[in-house]
Amino acid sequence: MLTRAYQHSLRGSHLPAGQPLLEVDNVSLRFGGVKALSDISITVTEGDVHAIIGPNGAGKSSLLNCISGLYHPQEGEIRLRTAVAAGPEAAVGEAEDSGRPTGEVRTHTLTKLPPYKIARLGVARSFQNIELFAHMTVLENLMLGRHIHMKKSVLASMLWFGPARNQEIEHRHLVEEVIDLLQLQAVRNKPVGALAYGIQKRVELGRALCLQPALLLLDEPMAGMNAEEKEDMARYILDVHELAHVSVVLIEHDMNVVMDISDRVSVLDFGRLIADGTPDEVKADPAVIEAYLGAEEESDRG
Amino acid sequence: MAATSTGIHHRSYTSELRLRATKAEYFRLGLMTVLLLVLPFVLDNYWLSIANTIMIAVIGAVGLNILVGYTGQISLGQGGFMAVGAYSSAILSDRIGLPTPLAILLAVLLTAAVGVFFGLPGLRLKGLYLAIATLASQVIIEFLVRRDYGDFLTEGLGYLNVDRFEFLGFKIGGRDVFEQQWYWILMILAVLAVVSARNIFRTGLGRSFMAVRDQDIAAEAIGVNLTRAKLTAFAVSSAFVGLAGSLTAHYSEVVSWEKFTLDVSILYLAMIIVGGLGSVAGAVYGAIFMTLLPELIRRLANALESTLPFLGDQLPAVRNATFGAIIIAFLIFEPRGLDRIWQRMKDYFRFWPFRY
Repeated sequence: MLTRAYQHSLRGSHLPAGQPLLEVDNVSLRFGGVKALSDISITVTEGDVHAIIGPNGAGKSSLLNCISGLYHPQEGEIRLRTAVAAGPEAAVGEAEDSGRPTGEVRTHTLTKLPPYKIARLGVARSFQNIELFAHMTVLENLMLGRHIHMKKSVLASMLWFGPARNQEIEHRHLVEEVIDLLQLQAVRNKPVGALAYGIQKRVELGRALCLQPALLLLDEPMAGMNAEEKEDMARYILDVHELAHVSVVLIEHDMNVVMDISDRVSVLDFGRLIADGTPDEVKADPAVIEAYLGAEEESDRG
Repeated sequence: MAATSTGIHHRSYTSELRLRATKAEYFRLGLMTVLLLVLPFVLDNYWLSIANTIMIAVIGAVGLNILVGYTGQISLGQGGFMAVGAYSSAILSDRIGLPTPLAILLAVLLTAAVGVFFGLPGLRLKGLYLAIATLASQVIIEFLVRRDYGDFLTEGLGYLNVDRFEFLGFKIGGRDVFEQQWYWILMILAVLAVVSARNIFRTGLGRSFMAVRDQDIAAEAIGVNLTRAKLTAFAVSSAFVGLAGSLTAHYSEVVSWEKFTLDVSILYLAMIIVGGLGSVAGAVYGAIFMTLLPELIRRLANALESTLPFLGDQLPAVRNATFGAIIIAFLIFEPRGLDRIWQRMKDYFRFWPFRY
């Protein structure tokens, strides 16, 4: 339920909640002789906050990079399911769909697609080391998040008056709602490079949200933050999830945060999936305890 | 929108998207317009010819800045692309007999296509490596127009004479009005080039160019097709450069390969570095500055001839040394160029008597 009178839905998926949205099917990724991921199978459900945790080097970021197309796994398949939008929920600037029945579900194989095509299917992401467009303002960065929904005609751009300006204004409305949701009003026209680390992280979240994503991938959104900043960020992620209804895949190291905000947790260790379930199930899993705290005998000695 | 003592308060996105918001900005625009309109009546033919050269340089520099400053693709092929525009426009209008404006338009499109072709290495190469690849395009084009195999381009002359500009019964007049009439044509085209380049960078297209420059992985992750964005940037930039080249041909009425050597590429790079990378206004300032500089150096050398006679004797060397010194000085003291200096001057007066 939206608490404020937002005009736009930031959610890009039209699947009913509870259906599988993303299926990672037996994915293996190798760099030369190093096996970064072996036989990973994870299903992300529409409407969930799905956390991926694991020690350093467990392959979490590699998995995210496979989903968003930056890496191409040697084996296995990653599939995204999308549904055709009902009339008013169709994204801004989206062309009228060619008469396909509302609610029809289509399955896209992401494994061989380049990153920009995966983004166009509705998978948005943030990066572990902030990758914003540093010379541009917050507003321009967020407007770039609208890139996939905009027409880019050279002649119309050169002319400015007419379609180009109307399009800028049309998309600005949605961007302002994202600014509102993430409370970025004060820094709207500041160059991103000059902002504090925590705000940059929030801008990156906002840029991903501007895509109206079906699935939001967040790579360590709270890395390097103190407890208070983490709390803020967790709140924003929950807002994105609860107010905008966007499904989230989240990589995070802080166990407390993960257990608090996720619906489902997958644990990776040395490129293998060692546990998958609700936070409570995972917390009680012996394999997870071993991976995080070391084997029982060792911890006795330590 | 209202500019009040408390600041600028936009009441609509339309007003916020305007390029100018304050009275001072509109005043400067008016001043600039009046200056451009009055110039041809106050300058003599010699200075008008310099003004015309500046107008052509403005178009070329704005084009190069779209590629280098905004998209981050270093290009040393400027001279070559100008040659494509110049030769094709001259041949299309004089030998094939097309109306000159149509010939110029076709030359612009052809240069854009050639730019896309030589931009293909840009899909794989970055930075210095791309600079070398575009240097290859300069060398290849220069080689082709210089050797002129089969005498297709110049029919054995080694250069091309271009007829006087003529369109729908209007023909550029003789010595007394030649520069003035060309001034109107070139000034209008330069203004259009500047305005349309400025417009590109307040729309999604221009932002996608800047995204490629700032962070290409992130650009791809938000859905920017890098191949398409880079090639579009090469096409748009080369189109401006091709226009500059074909105008050079029709204005100077002779096309020869000496006008499009690597020196030209370097000169244009110097213009946008001195003016300010990634700024349309910067390209304009740089074009004006670098075109006026040789003239100023010459006058200075003449003035000092009695005291420092070697200045006059070694004029070309002095000129090159000054060029180099100025580029180094800008890189060290103000890498963001004349545009940034102008911004700072405006800020100084805006905040006066406070420092900031």
